[in-house]
Amino acid sequence: MRYAFFPGCVAKGTCPELYQSTYKVAEKLGMELVELTEATCCGAGVMQAKNTELTDAYTARTFALAEEKGLDTVVTICSTCQGYMDPANKTLKEDSEHLARINSHLSDGGHQYKGGVQVKHLMWVLSEGQELENLKGKVQKNLNGLKVAPFYGCQILRPTYALGYEDPEKPSSMERIIAALGGQAVDYRCKTRCCGFPIILENEKAALRMTGRSLLDAKENDAQCVVTPCPLCHLNLDIYQKKAEKEIGAKLNMPVLHLSQLVGLALGISAKELQLPKHFVSSSQVVSAVGA
Amino acid sequence: MAEVRFNIYRLNPETGGDGRFQEYKVECEKGDTVLDCLNKIKGEQDGTVTYRMSCRSAICGSCAMRICGHTRLACSTQVSGLLEIYEEITLEPLQNFPVIKDLVVDMKAYWEKIEAIMPYMVPDAGEPVPEKERLQSPEQFDTVFEVATCIRCSACVSDCTSLEADDKFLAPAALAKSFRFAGDSRDAADKERLTELVKEGGIWDCVRCYECTQVCPKDVRPAEHIIQLREKALNNQMEKSVGARHVLGFMESVGHSGQLDEGKLPMFAVKNIGAKISMVPIGIKMFLKGKLPLKHKPIPGAEDVQRIYKKLEGE
Repeated sequence: MRYAFFPGCVAKGTCPELYQSTYKVAEKLGMELVELTEATCCGAGVMQAKNTELTDAYTARTFALAEEKGLDTVVTICSTCQGYMDPANKTLKEDSEHLARINSHLSDGGHQYKGGVQVKHLMWVLSEGQELENLKGKVQKNLNGLKVAPFYGCQILRPTYALGYEDPEKPSSMERIIAALGGQAVDYRCKTRCCGFPIILENEKAALRMTGRSLLDAKENDAQCVVTPCPLCHLNLDIYQKKAEKEIGAKLNMPVLHLSQLVGLALGISAKELQLPKHFVSSSQVVSAVGA
Repeated sequence: MAEVRFNIYRLNPETGGDGRFQEYKVECEKGDTVLDCLNKIKGEQDGTVTYRMSCRSAICGSCAMRICGHTRLACSTQVSGLLEIYEEITLEPLQNFPVIKDLVVDMKAYWEKIEAIMPYMVPDAGEPVPEKERLQSPEQFDTVFEVATCIRCSACVSDCTSLEADDKFLAPAALAKSFRFAGDSRDAADKERLTELVKEGGIWDCVRCYECTQVCPKDVRPAEHIIQLREKALNNQMEKSVGARHVLGFMESVGHSGQLDEGKLPMFAVKNIGAKISMVPIGIKMFLKGKLPLKHKPIPGAEDVQRIYKKLEGE
């Protein structure tokens, strides 16, 4: 399948390992990712507090770029991009006056969004139908019962009225992927809680408590690693993990993988190619457990 | 239907401790709510089980409790719906409150926070007092309609992630209540309200996790109204807090280059020198790990993004 690809700022900035591992995985799975190199940031819910007309214009422009390439599905690899672009798309599609006004901001740049695009996180793409079957068939290194704690976080699940792909109370897309790879999904209370990242600058102590609490919950439920579909969650869960340990007074030492990296390991891609050494918390135990 | 297992949190204030769970089995009928079952337990099995209830119609907000890990009204939650997901039904008191007994909590902190946000209308003192009531149009009322439907059940406060991590946070109910007035066409105390709300524990401490919006039984959507309060604060040039600077730095970065400069934003948003210095070790480690690009590159064709930014946001 051919998809328009919107990597988002973080995969192009502070999480380059996510960007590279996604391309490696796509290559193995025979998915063609056509990157929208001229696309802008989604606003991440931060800019939306100041000017939603502007963020809607940026988002419509991104969708127009996909349409211009003849593509109807924009794949994201960030829960925050998904969480803000998906609802914006719904409004653009449902409200023709709104779409016309937003398009009037784009016309000088030669873009028009016709409303023919769907935006879909890679986690959703891989968790269903043919792509899931394809994934199952291409597993080379079965995860061998590895206990993986899926960390959904917030933006890809809530609020239901804006997203609605799966029930935030009982999400299952990551569990389906983990099972397809031969791993064992760990169920724990904090899997749909916030990682704390949105207020890491505003209230670091509170943010670290959120990070620590979620990782501790995964650890107490015997997880060998945490996997997340969101690079912002990854930043807090990985690079702030040491600080979170101090804040909650508990040892964590919990490897945190991007979803693309976990999939990549099972597809037989090396830890080096998946850039696992870029993480602050070592993933070596996960790599040896899988035998990659 | 059949026999359903209820696991109920019990805490006896006389003996104290951390509490425990007690199991009850209830013969449930189709259409039974959690509250119906609690009443059966109290009436037929154990009169000591304690909980709040009143209207049984999702109006009074008394019977909010954590049902299978999420806060809901016991009177409007059907047992059959829960059994589609859960094998047994766990009942716990509201989170983020001290427990008085079993499923009853002390709401003092909740009301203190409501009182702290000036929960009353402050009309313009310079305007003559009208002979009748102060009128507003249906459109003006629409702005505050959602927040006006709050029934004070505390479901949002119970499931609030930020409050769980920091008890100074005003939390969704009080902030939504604040918007009830700050968003009202007849109120003239915007600046006074917002001056308080931009301080520590206010609007910028919300993580936007939407737990509050998700659990609210009345669709008040507190998270969305907290964001509207942020917009109001920025429109009133309240730009000194880290939260406001986070937004402004973000806007400028994306408006200029099309993508966020993640290295620059924290240093712009945080003005406190000590806080800036405390970020350095992580920054250095990120750089050494190849996670902090030295040079931020604009996207190809950034001029188009700058044009849109200029049109919609000004210079």
